Amino acid sequence: MIKSLRANHHILANTQEQLRILSEGVFASGELPSFEDRLNLINDYPLKPSSIQIFQVNIGYMCNQVCKHCHVDAGPDRKEIMTRDTMKMCIDIIKEANIKTLDLTGGAPEMNPDFRWFVEEANKAGVEEIIVRSNLTIILANPSYYDLPQFFKKNKVRVISSLPFYQPDKTDRQRGEGVFEKSIKALHMLNEVGYGQDRTGLLLDLVYNPAGAFLPADQLQLERDFKKELKNHFDIDFNSLFTITNLPISRFLEFLLRTDNYDDYMEKLVNAFNPSAVKGVMCRNTLSVDYQGYLYDCDFNQMLGLKVQKAAGQHLRDFDINKLENREIKISQHCYGCTAGAGSSCQGTVA
Amino acid sequence: MQTIPFMEKTYYDPADLKKFGDVAEFGPELAKKFFDYYGDVFKEGALTAREKSLIALAVAHAIQCPYCIDAYTSDSLEKGITDEQMMEAVHVTTAIRGGASLVHSVQMMNKSKKLSM
Repeated sequence: MIKSLRANHHILANTQEQLRILSEGVFASGELPSFEDRLNLINDYPLKPSSIQIFQVNIGYMCNQVCKHCHVDAGPDRKEIMTRDTMKMCIDIIKEANIKTLDLTGGAPEMNPDFRWFVEEANKAGVEEIIVRSNLTIILANPSYYDLPQFFKKNKVRVISSLPFYQPDKTDRQRGEGVFEKSIKALHMLNEVGYGQDRTGLLLDLVYNPAGAFLPADQLQLERDFKKELKNHFDIDFNSLFTITNLPISRFLEFLLRTDNYDDYMEKLVNAFNPSAVKGVMCRNTLSVDYQGYLYDCDFNQMLGLKVQKAAGQHLRDFDINKLENREIKISQHCYGCTAGAGSSCQGTVA
Repeated sequence: MQTIPFMEKTYYDPADLKKFGDVAEFGPELAKKFFDYYGDVFKEGALTAREKSLIALAVAHAIQCPYCIDAYTSDSLEKGITDEQMMEAVHVTTAIRGGASLVHSVQMMNKSKKLSM
């Protein structure tokens, strides 16, 4: 079984080391402009939020998969997990701050023993939309998860699932042997209860990210390909496809460095910088929460240990929407991943 | 001092691909015309940008241009083209190149038949 960088005591499990790499090399030499310099050129520095509408809560880093590109460095050996007390704090804030969307992620969020409780309570609290970022295979990982599709349906959860490609080889190379086949089975189970079907209102979206050091293809074109191929070969339906660019952190950073792709990839991201994507970056309307209740500008910053600006309040217990909406967003060179080409976010392209 | 990396050791340096635009240094007007034309050629037209990328990849193999193979492999991946599709494109190149030799054997056969009793 492949282990996390953390379990392997890999130097890149250290967030300071990742941040050092991202600020040195081609950026320190001036070969490429820093993200801050690039934002300054278009008068967008410091980057400021718009209004906070999405609460993206990472309820634990444990996962049944160990994907090669994972920015969380998730896996079965990760034990960090959110408790019910922290979830209660989230629920209180959702009510009080009028948060529209609760976006649950991990690891595999379904592995948190309080996952179902959290979803039910969020519904009672009146949140407009609950998203679960499911890796699909979790639904088949254990009989206790077999009823997840029914649970999602009952609670009107929007399911967003990773499926790197519509063919087995690329998917399995990135996510592990046999993942594609299990993902297809899980998608069938979701389709059977009504997900991705017309007029059910049950949304099933897929996420594509490139299986390597290149940018994603055009989102609409890929959505057409995925729809055609998944329908023809596997009789699967889904709603939208979101393309996400791989950000150079954690395991994907390890891959870039190990394969001598890092400099070229960073240059590719910098050259593809799109000023209009800056307007739509997700850190402007999303707050990321970690398992302990600390706040971050995004899930990537969470994995780099970059909490929100101190003056804005860094924990759920200090939550103050006005301070948070007036904060300066923390950036480093990984941010180029969200502004390249058509832009990238947890909801796909932004420009 | 201006450095001329690798030039004396090898004809090709991958880093030179990024310097393609620098050809304007020795002839800006024609370079501008060429790059404008190049940009227009690859725009979505009666052929899709994806089809054009695959044609470019196939031609790159025919002319055995390492810069072009590098550039259009990346470009193909970024257009959602699969490994299988890229390999099929290269087999089209190979078939045409091989066929171009083989079809000349008709000339060989004609000549041989004419000379032989």
